[in-house]
Amino acid sequence: MSQDTILLAHGSGGKLTHDLIRAVFVKHFRNPWLDRQDDAAVWALTASTETRLALTTDCYVVQPIFFPGGDIGRLAVCGTVNDLAMVGAQPLYLTAGFILEEGLPLVDLERVVVSMAQTAREAGVEIIAGDTKVVDRGSADSLFINTAGIGVLPAGISISGANAQPGDVVILSGPIGAHGLAILSQREGLRFSFPLNSDCAPLNGLVDAMLKADARIHCLRDPTRGGLATTLNELATQSQVGIEIEEACIPVPEGVKAACELLGLDPLYVANEGKLVAIVPPPAEDSVLAAMHGHQYGQQAAVIGRVTSAHPRRVVLRTTLGAHRVLEMLTGAQLPRIC
Amino acid sequence: MKYIDEFRDPGAVQRLLTSIHNRSSRPIRLMEFCGGHTHAILKFGLRQLLPPSIRLLSGPGCPVCVTASTDLDRAIAMAHLPDLILTTFGDMMRVPGSQGSLQDAKAQGADVRMVYSTLDALSIARANPDRQVIFLAIGFETTAPTVAAAVLQAQAEGLDNFSIFSLHKLTPPAMKAILEAGEVQLSGIIGPGHVTTVIGSNAWHFLPRDYGIPCAIAGFEPLDILQAVYALVDMVERGAPAVSNAYRRSVRPEGNLVAQQMMQQVFQVSAAEWRGLGSVTDSGLSLRSEYAAFDATRRFPVAVHSSLEPRGCLCGEVLRGVVEPPECPLFDGACTPEHPVGPCMVSSEGACAAYAQYGEA
Repeated sequence: MSQDTILLAHGSGGKLTHDLIRAVFVKHFRNPWLDRQDDAAVWALTASTETRLALTTDCYVVQPIFFPGGDIGRLAVCGTVNDLAMVGAQPLYLTAGFILEEGLPLVDLERVVVSMAQTAREAGVEIIAGDTKVVDRGSADSLFINTAGIGVLPAGISISGANAQPGDVVILSGPIGAHGLAILSQREGLRFSFPLNSDCAPLNGLVDAMLKADARIHCLRDPTRGGLATTLNELATQSQVGIEIEEACIPVPEGVKAACELLGLDPLYVANEGKLVAIVPPPAEDSVLAAMHGHQYGQQAAVIGRVTSAHPRRVVLRTTLGAHRVLEMLTGAQLPRIC
Repeated sequence: MKYIDEFRDPGAVQRLLTSIHNRSSRPIRLMEFCGGHTHAILKFGLRQLLPPSIRLLSGPGCPVCVTASTDLDRAIAMAHLPDLILTTFGDMMRVPGSQGSLQDAKAQGADVRMVYSTLDALSIARANPDRQVIFLAIGFETTAPTVAAAVLQAQAEGLDNFSIFSLHKLTPPAMKAILEAGEVQLSGIIGPGHVTTVIGSNAWHFLPRDYGIPCAIAGFEPLDILQAVYALVDMVERGAPAVSNAYRRSVRPEGNLVAQQMMQQVFQVSAAEWRGLGSVTDSGLSLRSEYAAFDATRRFPVAVHSSLEPRGCLCGEVLRGVVEPPECPLFDGACTPEHPVGPCMVSSEGACAAYAQYGEA
């Protein structure tokens, strides 16, 4: 029965989401751009020009719409800007579609729109087209936003989740888990004695600095829903390589660690909205890492592992105690423990 | 992080492992009662680090997994009643019953809501005075006191739209049932940490006394578990079974008397149906007659057909420690975390889910 209907778990960003995309969307829309399974589609304007464009779209349905460190509007701009940045594109223009539920306070809508405008300014993009629909009370959960974005790719850049090579270095731009726990704590009214703020941020500036340091970056991906573990699995599968990660090298803030312990969650599967994973060839490691450390969103960047030709399509984690285990994709949603 | 990092210190873990390797001279089989232990053991890769002569078997300590199919089917039938909200902990949503799961019932229109605590269910009842709210109360001695507290709170507030479907289970009778069945020969038991915090380590004295089996209570960090393993190896080697407490920062011999008193005030001990073990005498908690107004089984009687276990599923055998998850013919084939056939693959404390999620490299 579960396989015949859409369940909430199909939206978790984990394995069920990937299965759904493959079994329904890619199956019927099939084309070379979708087949690449990158965060944005890239194509050349004409056969003779070096200018390439990148296009992406995303929907935002987060609850609550305001949370510590961000809101649905900031998320909607950052998410699309970041999808463009993850193929190495410079984001230029965004569109914004709003589905508003009858009864939504106008002040809330305006607060979200102001936040979008501020975030767009921070990212250096313009929101140049949009649409608004209002639906009956109960037909939407206060406010849904869709954003699409278009960007340009400088010549000489080739970034894809399929480009990882054995021997490459895996870099994480900073501590993980803050966004998912900030949302969870706000939604469920959980209070902790330490601050848990979303890391929601536009990453195009960071990517720009990294590419200026060394344009040979192979893969970029932001570990959003499904967390770091799911993202690494995506990259391993796309590139048909193995990835080996050191648990001790993965930065996890103390507050996130403590909240995860309390709730029985694994920070490796918790969503982020302002982090990226970069896979770079060894000669680029030092310069890319230095560039990241010099940017406000990459100050705590760290090498967390390497790409290997052993165990293709599998991510293996070396635990802090020296044992090895396979790191799978998220299946369903993470749930707090009972016992 | 204070109180966590100390218990994951690689140096201390290595020293303890060396002690275990040095002390262990014969093959032994230890059962970790608690699903939380199974997950910690696989998550930290402890099986790889222990001597191969020490075999660890999972036990019946996953509250979601031991819920019988018939009880789950009754909960699903209740969820479909009109003007009713059924609340439960998250993992219960995905467990397949005879005709789908609570998650499926939700997708079909039933109002099923995941809560993080019983008090959340009370809040939902307060916010929906024109609808009945049932809390599907699963769990061992760990969660029963909080559910008892919620019933007392509902009574104090005069909430007449709140009730619970109590599927609470008691752990010592389940352990006895496994030992009495004699299907697995065990050298020792890694006792459940959170449960024993409530019932006290004295509750496990029957293991050395009646069965000659040592028990070591463990917390959920690598050092906790390895300390318990060392204590068990040592007791086996000395031939001196006893109850050892390797979780002293949480567990006292007498347990948490306030929690016990609250449980006894609201619940009475009764027989309970366990997946894998069948009906076990004195292993469940039902509401005392004084609290009948909060008993969902009395207020919303539903009839269900006799439920069948999924064909080929060995969850029952896994829960009794008779087979390890990879020995089930469905494991990682027909039964996966995204399309689970049995509850042990669903629950975040289930043994099959632990093996699937933390597969050894």
